[in-house]
Amino acid sequence: MKVLKTLALTTALTAVAGMAAADVKVGMITTLSGGGASLGIDTRDGFMLAMGMADRDDVEVVIGDDQRKPDVAVQLADEMIQSEQVDVLTGIVWSNLAMAVVPSATAQGKFYLSTNAAPAQLAGRGCNPNYFAVSYQNDNLHEAAGAYAKSEGYTNPFIMAPNYPAGHDSLAGFKRFYGGDLAGEVYTTLGQTDYAAEIAQIRDSGADSIFFFLPGGMGISFLKQYSNSGVELPVMGPAFSFDQAILQAVGEAALGVKNGANWSKDLDVPANADFVAAFEEAYDRLPSIYAAYGYDTANLLLSAVDAADPAEDPDAFRAALKAADFDSVRGDFSFDTNNHPVQDIYVREVVQEGDIFTNKIVATAIEDRSSAYVDECKM
Amino acid sequence: MSRETILNALLVAGLVALPLGAHLAGEPFTVTLATRAVILALAAVGLNIALGLGGLVSLGHAAFFGVGGYAMGILASHAQSYVPLMEAPFLIEGTKSMPVIWLVAVVASALAALLIGMLSLRTSGVYFIMITLAFGQMLYYFAIGWAPYGGEDGLPIYVRNGFPGLNTLVPIQFYALCLVVLLLALALHAVIARSPFGLALDAARQVPERVRAVGLNPTRLKLAAFTLSGAITGLSGALFADLNRFVSPTMLSWQMSGEIMVLVILGGTGRLFGPVVGAAVFVALDHHLGGLTEFWQVWLGVILLAVVLFARGGLIGLIAGERRTDA
Amino acid sequence: MSPILIAEQVLNGLQFGVMLFLMAAGLTLIFGVMGLINLAHGSLYMVGAFAAAAVAGLTGSFLLALIAALAAAAIAGALVEIVVIRRLYARDHLDQVLATFALILIFSEGTRWIFGSFPLFLDIPGWLSGPVTLPGGIAYPLYRLVLIGAGLAVAAGLGLLISRTRIGIQIRAGENDREMIAALGVDISKLYTIVFALGAALAGLAGALVGAIQSVQVAMGEPVLILAFVVIVIGGIGSIRGALVGALLVGLTDTLGGIFLPELFKLFLDPATATAVGASLASMAIYILMGAVLIWRPTGLFGAPA
Repeated sequence: MKVLKTLALTTALTAVAGMAAADVKVGMITTLSGGGASLGIDTRDGFMLAMGMADRDDVEVVIGDDQRKPDVAVQLADEMIQSEQVDVLTGIVWSNLAMAVVPSATAQGKFYLSTNAAPAQLAGRGCNPNYFAVSYQNDNLHEAAGAYAKSEGYTNPFIMAPNYPAGHDSLAGFKRFYGGDLAGEVYTTLGQTDYAAEIAQIRDSGADSIFFFLPGGMGISFLKQYSNSGVELPVMGPAFSFDQAILQAVGEAALGVKNGANWSKDLDVPANADFVAAFEEAYDRLPSIYAAYGYDTANLLLSAVDAADPAEDPDAFRAALKAADFDSVRGDFSFDTNNHPVQDIYVREVVQEGDIFTNKIVATAIEDRSSAYVDECKM
Repeated sequence: MSRETILNALLVAGLVALPLGAHLAGEPFTVTLATRAVILALAAVGLNIALGLGGLVSLGHAAFFGVGGYAMGILASHAQSYVPLMEAPFLIEGTKSMPVIWLVAVVASALAALLIGMLSLRTSGVYFIMITLAFGQMLYYFAIGWAPYGGEDGLPIYVRNGFPGLNTLVPIQFYALCLVVLLLALALHAVIARSPFGLALDAARQVPERVRAVGLNPTRLKLAAFTLSGAITGLSGALFADLNRFVSPTMLSWQMSGEIMVLVILGGTGRLFGPVVGAAVFVALDHHLGGLTEFWQVWLGVILLAVVLFARGGLIGLIAGERRTDA
Repeated sequence: MSPILIAEQVLNGLQFGVMLFLMAAGLTLIFGVMGLINLAHGSLYMVGAFAAAAVAGLTGSFLLALIAALAAAAIAGALVEIVVIRRLYARDHLDQVLATFALILIFSEGTRWIFGSFPLFLDIPGWLSGPVTLPGGIAYPLYRLVLIGAGLAVAAGLGLLISRTRIGIQIRAGENDREMIAALGVDISKLYTIVFALGAALAGLAGALVGAIQSVQVAMGEPVLILAFVVIVIGGIGSIRGALVGALLVGLTDTLGGIFLPELFKLFLDPATATAVGASLASMAIYILMGAVLIWRPTGLFGAPA
């Protein structure tokens, strides 16, 4: 199956699927160029796969490339709202871009379905009835790693993240479910590529395990350098650093690493088996966690469109979203009062299958996890 | 009238007519896009004063752009949460009023420019380019770690700030406001270029010895130009943050400095309307190329390269001829 | 903090500095001889890393990968010089900044066009992996020691090339008086192409060497480029010796700052705040160093007075 793609010559937006007068218009803002493009491409491909499989002509999707720049994301959101008149926005990968777009989009009465980023502010005091995080709350996967560290009986982990809000949330999330002593707590520079100094600190600290959150290229660099350092402690992290695309670039250095995730390709759910097979068939590569979120988001959207038109009856559409009546690739899925998921969170281990490095589930870290900020949300 | 004067008049007419037409045709997004171009043009007008009049190649103007942006973000976020900025020794509250925010943005970025300029002007040439870059990076990393104001996540403002007598949420009204500010800044540039200060600055750029001989201090002249330049770019930063209802460290990044510089050179360095042409073309390219191919930045690069190699004096030079008028 | 840890961190700082030197040497050479600011130098670093990853993937040989990196970056450099850069020598720095800024866009997205959006795999060969034990009981990765050795060897080789060879004489002459060496019958445009290709090859080598322990991805060159600029400005633009000293200073400041500043703040702040504040200040440390050097010596440590 090839995904349809029509180029619109007079606008920056690429209109895909459903050319006829569609009832519902969806705007996808995601990162398709520059360093972070692989995440956005997976989000888009997962989302469009579900749209293609549903084969509907009443939903139109317009896609824009945010270049991972907040001001470009805002400009795209303005264009989609003002001139494309979309009803629903989705697709942003990064928290800082989400913070730039979501509050003002929901203030204008639009719906936003998050395929990835779900910063604490939007889960707590800044929650909004029109904002749904389909993925998780940012802290969740770090919490899972914390819970796992506790269950494994680690007593002295060394924890590390970049010095920016998501990094601070990450370490807070880990500590929330771990709760014991730490060998060390370090914030690195965002975009740092050399971790020799931190690895020396780890060696010196007497730690019994390592938890790190270093998304993208930072995680690749750290793992390669760590595996070559002679330090051999168990390593944990959130799924982002052990994603399908990243693992191939890390290679054997990642084998055995445990990571917190709410999805894995071997998750034993019928909808998941269908998704993995269809994704490989369509794109000739294994799906990543971002593709899974994109796919779930599209199916949630379609289930709500069946119930009501977002422009004509937003209340019914919102209620249908909240009901989450769709076959999630993650199995049981529901929304808590702050419109963030309640779901099981697992621990995966990096393994090698033939030539491919991938993940398999080894334990359930937390069952029916909601988010830490749900009580702060008043709506 | 020179060809450049005619071109400038046409440009002003276009700045008024095109967005008005788009507004009447019911295309608010075109107006938003034009607003973006006008605000970026204002940032470049600021840089053009340092670059075109003072000969100061600053690769750190994003610092002032960002200071202006954060002035807006900080004041508005405090107004939004009803938490005062400061209680002792005297009370300072946040505000959602544009004139107040602009004043703070101008003063804050002028101060930043004065400080950075005082230190940077000890160097010259490539060293000046690099030290301004270093100051920009310093502020960038500071903002990323500045947790109370969002750090790397940035600071969203839920509703655009207000201006007495206008509804700034209506795209065409906010556009008109920005356009007036841009035209005032252009007028200021034109007046300065002809003033004794401007002439002395021009001389300080070309033959500093002669300026010194008549008893003027070339470094002070340049510092004054740099400060003014930073203040204007800072004002545009406040407007840019208001356009996006958001401010984040990306406004302080070196790529932003590079982009502001691209706008000036694309249009024509030292030309009064160079920044306007540069910003309009850049925003249009940025917007339209994206729809053509996923790898549009390659073509943006090729176009920029062609301008440098084959259109010396920028686009205005291409249309109005090489010779720089005294504008 | 134990003396062993401090010694290890100093080694880490040295290794980082030596790698920065490979980048900075080409940059400062190109500026010294041709008076050109090349923002696209980071792109040549990326070209080297991608070429190495591609060849290592095909052949499995790390040495072939290094050769490929050198060759690819040198060829890319020579091509860029012939097609674009040589039209810029007579222009002011402003045009050079814009043109090479445009080259970054072309290189970055062009690489993504060819290799796709996903990071590539490039690993250390087996015979260089793992730690070795140094005197004093420091377990240190062998590959990083090799990096320090390789970088210092390149520095020495470059020094010899410039002080002892015919081309070195031409380079030094070119730095002093461009018109004169042309008048003496040296083919100046060929010399410029060679110097540019040499600088590019050094950047490509750095990209390949570092790519083996970092992430080979689009836009990997820009952060290093900025650091390399800081290095040559501190050292004095055009001076190879300055680039070496500057690179080591920056490498040590960055590494040691990241370690000691948070510890310093822990003396009078609570640990969580101290780590965050210390980390913020550490990321600004090299720029503060650069600002301080320039205020003290406006043309860098080894630069000719203006």
